[in-house]
Amino acid sequence: MEFLLSITPWPVISALLWIVLAVTTLYFARSSAHKAIRASAATLHQSLKFASRAVSRAESGLRERNRAVLLAAGRESKERIVEREFDRVNETVRKDLANYSALHRALSESIKRIEEDHQQAVDVPPDPPGWVKAVEAVANIDAREGRVRVGAVLSDIHKSLVKAHQEAMTMYREASAKRHALLRKMRPEWRNLQQTLGRIGKNVDSLLSRSVTIDRHMQEYEDIVKGEDRAVSILSSSSLVYFFVSMLVLCVAIGGATINFSLIARPMAEMVGGTNLIGGFRTADIAALVIILVEISMGLFLMESLRITRLFPVIGALPDKTRVRMVWITFSILFLLASVEAGLAYMREVLLHDELATSALLRGDDSQTLTGQYLWITTAAQMGMGFILPFALTFVAIPLETFVHSLRTVVGLAVIGLLRFISLSLRVAGNAFRYLGLLAENLYDLPLFIPLWLEERNSDGSAGKSSLRELAS
Amino acid sequence: MKILSTFVACIVVLGCTAATPTNNGVYMLLDTSGTYRQELQKAQQIIRYTLSHLDAKDSFAVARIDTGSFSEKDIVAKTTFDDRPSTVNRQKRLFAEQIGDFVDGVQSSPYTDITGGLLQAVEFLNEKGTGNKTILIFSDLKEDLKDGYIRDISFDLDGFSIIALNVTKLRTDNVDPREYLTRLDNWQSRVEKFGGQWRVINDLDGLEGLL
Repeated sequence: MEFLLSITPWPVISALLWIVLAVTTLYFARSSAHKAIRASAATLHQSLKFASRAVSRAESGLRERNRAVLLAAGRESKERIVEREFDRVNETVRKDLANYSALHRALSESIKRIEEDHQQAVDVPPDPPGWVKAVEAVANIDAREGRVRVGAVLSDIHKSLVKAHQEAMTMYREASAKRHALLRKMRPEWRNLQQTLGRIGKNVDSLLSRSVTIDRHMQEYEDIVKGEDRAVSILSSSSLVYFFVSMLVLCVAIGGATINFSLIARPMAEMVGGTNLIGGFRTADIAALVIILVEISMGLFLMESLRITRLFPVIGALPDKTRVRMVWITFSILFLLASVEAGLAYMREVLLHDELATSALLRGDDSQTLTGQYLWITTAAQMGMGFILPFALTFVAIPLETFVHSLRTVVGLAVIGLLRFISLSLRVAGNAFRYLGLLAENLYDLPLFIPLWLEERNSDGSAGKSSLRELAS
Repeated sequence: MKILSTFVACIVVLGCTAATPTNNGVYMLLDTSGTYRQELQKAQQIIRYTLSHLDAKDSFAVARIDTGSFSEKDIVAKTTFDDRPSTVNRQKRLFAEQIGDFVDGVQSSPYTDITGGLLQAVEFLNEKGTGNKTILIFSDLKEDLKDGYIRDISFDLDGFSIIALNVTKLRTDNVDPREYLTRLDNWQSRVEKFGGQWRVINDLDGLEGLL
């Protein structure tokens, strides 16, 4: 610095000389410098623009692919739902309406029986008593003609009347009782008819409601097949919900597996040794982990064989006989492993007490350690957990399937978001470089304001002169 | 298939690599000379504490210090713990029982051959090949050799940790404490000279860092 200021005896003059020199150099190099700045800025701008476009293309490609995947998954899911609904309808029709002819016959027979009974139960009006005319005749006898005998005759008639009336009443009661009995017999037939008709009505209602559901699903299926945005949006949000819900359930399952692991890892040392290591991990821990993983695998195969999940198409495509065999085999293995776990859980409790007793002895503590009548509760609880947890882990297959299917969409959405952000960032950076180039040009010109002003003045003067010349000519 | 075979190979290699042993080997020397015999109840507590902190594959031996301690006959109890936890517990109980019997019926010895015991300990632990080697000396560190016994020999204590426990002060130490301090210094310099690490624990309530 001192050297720069010492080219003349006066530092200020030296500095001014350097400034003039620098400004002159910058002025003469201005055009080239501007070109260089512009070219650099344009290169960066174009490169980033191209990169942004490439990322945008990748994003749109991925979006299309994600959309296709989502629609395919939705289509498959809807097909499954509709298929299941049709299965249910088929089952209802097969179970309840297949024997409709028999039902119809039963109904006809019931109605016929009711008709017959009803016919028999018709109330027959009692015959008019034959003695009415006799009474009339007696009543018409002149009292003077046979007055002496009339009283006796009337008395006999009265007796006959009372007797006939009693007989008629008895017969009438008997007939009424018979009719009532017939009507009572009709009652269960009526009830049977009512129940049968009620059942048929329920089935028909069920079929109607199922048809409404199928209509709805078919409408959604059509939307999916057409690839409508609304359908994609619904599927996308459903996929996100399934993803988080299944992840939550899987976290719970991991907790269960951890508990299971702690139940069997300790007693496993009794089988494979407590100090052997494989790759830096205790063999006992690895063995316990392997048992749990085998249980989960068996659970997956069981669920696949039962066609509850569809992670392995090979298992789903097996013949029914083989599939049922597989169900029994996987269930048996699972049952055996659960029994082994229950045994190990019992062993864990025994070991724990042995260890506590030894520790107490070494501490010189004579008091008994947690022994007593309630000890069996913890032992039974541990054994129960050891037995139940493998079966509980079987159901991990369901959230796992959902997680795997929804993961594809969710990862796609996340990558789309990331690509969109990168594209935007690249575009912003490209524009920023473009304007930075302009700024750099202006900044370059800033120290050159004097020569530029002079240049502008000269050019204005020459332009004025030339215009005057033009006007004069 | 290639990836799978590589993975399997890695597992096999990792599994078969000869790892450095990390098990513990502890050899405890009990001074039974003169009045120090009365301190053996404390030694029993230390042994129990040590037992509770040892695990599968660890080795533990307890030997008495008497007139000539460089002998297997002076080993009161020794064991290498099994791999299975239930057997380890059984071994610990048996060990504690053996020590209890020994403490109840021990006789005082007229001489104190600490160096001989130390040699025996080194030999035992080297033979066991444990990862960590610890020698506990439960003594006042006052060596008293019988005439004719030569103990002025060198031995390799590299990798050994020697811990003097309950180094009690003798009557003469009270008169001249320098004797006590000199005794400790002599043992420390001797152990460190042969490559060992030396430590003294007199407060038996603070045994946390023993192993």
